[in-house]
Amino acid sequence: MVTQEKDKVLVVIQLTGGNDFMNTIIPYTNEHYFDARKKVVINPEETLPINDTLAFNPNMGPMKSLFDDGKIGIVQGIGYPNSVRSHFRAMDIMHTCEPDIVGTEGWLGLAIREMDPNQDNVLTGINIGRGLPRAMSVSGVPVTSIGDIDGYGVMNDQDKAHIRDRAIQSFKNIYSQAIGSGPVSEYIGKTGIDILKGADLLADVSSAYKSSVEYADNPIAKSLKDVARIHLAGLGTRVFYANHGGYDHHANEMVAHPGLLTDLSGAIADFIDDLEEHDAADEVAVMVFTEFGRRMKDNGSGTDHGSGGGAFIIGKNVDGGFYSEYPSLKPSDWELGEDLKHTVDFRGIYATMLEQWLGVEAKPIVKGTFEQISPFRN
Amino acid sequence: MKSDRAEVAHLFRRAGFGATAKELDVLTETMTYEDIVDQLINVDDSPDIDQAYIDRYYGGEGFQMYVATWIYRMLNSRRPLQEKMTLFLHHIFPVAWSKGQHAYTLFSEIDTFRKISMTDFRNILLELSRDPAMLYWLDNNENHKGEINENYGRELLELFSMGVGNYTEDDIKNASRAFTGWTFSQPIPVYPQGHFHSKFEFHAEDHDNDPKVFLGHEGNFNGEDIIDIIVKQEATARFVTRHLCNFFVEDEPQVPAWNIEKPKNPDLIDELSEIFMATEGDMKSVLRALFNSDGFKSSINKPKVKSPTELVMGVLRQVGSFNDIKPGLEGYWSSVAVMGQELLNPPTVEGWHTGHEWIDSGTLSERINFASQEFQDTNKPGVKDIIERTGSLDEEPCQLVDRCLDVLGGVQVSSDTYSELTEYVNSLKKQNAKESDSANISDLIQMIVSTVDYQYA
Repeated sequence: MVTQEKDKVLVVIQLTGGNDFMNTIIPYTNEHYFDARKKVVINPEETLPINDTLAFNPNMGPMKSLFDDGKIGIVQGIGYPNSVRSHFRAMDIMHTCEPDIVGTEGWLGLAIREMDPNQDNVLTGINIGRGLPRAMSVSGVPVTSIGDIDGYGVMNDQDKAHIRDRAIQSFKNIYSQAIGSGPVSEYIGKTGIDILKGADLLADVSSAYKSSVEYADNPIAKSLKDVARIHLAGLGTRVFYANHGGYDHHANEMVAHPGLLTDLSGAIADFIDDLEEHDAADEVAVMVFTEFGRRMKDNGSGTDHGSGGGAFIIGKNVDGGFYSEYPSLKPSDWELGEDLKHTVDFRGIYATMLEQWLGVEAKPIVKGTFEQISPFRN
Repeated sequence: MKSDRAEVAHLFRRAGFGATAKELDVLTETMTYEDIVDQLINVDDSPDIDQAYIDRYYGGEGFQMYVATWIYRMLNSRRPLQEKMTLFLHHIFPVAWSKGQHAYTLFSEIDTFRKISMTDFRNILLELSRDPAMLYWLDNNENHKGEINENYGRELLELFSMGVGNYTEDDIKNASRAFTGWTFSQPIPVYPQGHFHSKFEFHAEDHDNDPKVFLGHEGNFNGEDIIDIIVKQEATARFVTRHLCNFFVEDEPQVPAWNIEKPKNPDLIDELSEIFMATEGDMKSVLRALFNSDGFKSSINKPKVKSPTELVMGVLRQVGSFNDIKPGLEGYWSSVAVMGQELLNPPTVEGWHTGHEWIDSGTLSERINFASQEFQDTNKPGVKDIIERTGSLDEEPCQLVDRCLDVLGGVQVSSDTYSELTEYVNSLKKQNAKESDSANISDLIQMIVSTVDYQYA
């Protein structure tokens, strides 16, 4: 396992619900922003300016510091032609790179298959959370979903240790015997054994972890702490996936959005600090994405589904700065007369991460050739 | 004993959501297998659940609350087959919240499915074609005279009735023309006056009245005429009965492979298709034949992976914690969802991929941990009953395992699993002698519901 430690690792953070990019990286001097946003608008004096035109949201101090250290690439205007406004359909498209048909194979699942074709390691891909996001899901590619590291596996509710050990032995026997007893039972048997293998590998992760970084107590901080703990255990994981929900701000955006950005920004900064403290930051890049941006004009309390979102690429080896262009805010340029028009295709950003970071050929995964950016130091 | 316990248990796992030991006692004591099938099928002979009573506990506009009412029905309805068929129609006519994001039309769709599930296939397709949730899901409100939108017309033929290879692109166009003007009234937003249901509307002025040719028939067809023609096709009979076999008998490959791969039980499909054709798709006749067939009875050992809904409902029926109405049931929506089946929100128009595709390491650990945790609390009425019926640890390990499998609703296990379970009992006796019998039996039950075998219906 130790030999794989310097393989490049990608951590994907999904902002579920459609993050309001314009209130995240704010065009704080642009008149069109203030014309469009009457209520759901950030006071320019409170923003954290990056340059004359753009500023971080006031609640993103920790990420602003990372940006100042040159560790964040801000990818502006991510999207695709004829952007879809349904959360689920949009997320499906972002997960499968299939805007025209309903795809079933996730882009990261395909990447995991390329990196671990013989399925040598059940932990090559890890989702932090329950269930499996479609991005990680490809039939026949084992990906481990971890809701709780310490409780991962089976039979963990058994509090008598000697019975638990015996129960796991029986479980193992039952699932091993299923292998060779017909294709479906064999498949279920193998999957059960994969769970045990994963649980074995993860067993010492918690006790081995020591850090001076104190993560906050919120879901995304907890998830990134889990990513750090697993990564630092050197188990050979190449792709981590974490979800941060709640970005669908049709109402009360000014109340809820700041809290989410505070949590996200703090968690990411703590995560990077944690990696650096353990000299494990070189091989990790984080990509933060969302399924779509929001409408130019607010609705008086929140913002409705729009297009032209943004992404962040974060890490020690990231060449910090701006990528692509901020979508034009001029009303005459708005997509469908009401949305930000995307300036870079999300599939080009995925291709960038796949080829320039993970070293996996992108074309068959993103289904075509799309313009890449160059966000990494050489 | 008037009927075979294992057979009746199998019937209830497939045609319902499993039977408890107590239920099996009564059924096998008093009724023949055929009578039990009739009772399942003649749903109107059994009392319905009072919806107003459920709504008092799980009322309101929330998505999870509605699913809670449905779960309550699946657990407690005296008409289990009707609830199973409602789920079946949700599987094969999958409309998802994700597109319309209007929960009420989905709730009324499921209620419609319940009403039509045991009627005939003509009526089923007709009500489906008038269902506002479906009309919006497949864009039939955008299907206009002179400007057709083929989405519904295509899926009606491809996914809902005949399957690919049994019609032409022209048939799709003509079917779509026949459904022009089939739309719905705009639902009024729930605030401030409260909810008004969306209703089916036929807009005569938007309907294409020109002659059409469909599957060799000519006429000035309306949607209803198209359905009349579809229901008489042998392709429809074979496609629908294959769906029924996939749902009740044995896992088939996913639907897109059906025009390439042969069905698992061709004789049964021949038999059921004939009945379908003779009765114009009468569901009761077809289902009666299905459950009484040798093909069904012998499918007890054929692979049919429980859907998440079947797994969760099966466990909850056994542990008996929601035999009467009480808060908390709404949380089980997410138990089913994390196993890969978000009710009311299937992934695509093709519906959920079933069979072994329900299983990956994430969903399998959810299934195992859910089942074993539910059985852990020995104070739950169902678990208490199971432990009382099982007897003591002093019995021979084989007898104990037999009793346990039986009282869990006639669980079937392979011989390998069976011998491992007896080994496990031996260890419990030795290593855990100080514990009470009920604690040890609880451990054994948790092992049984964690097996490969328990993943099968």
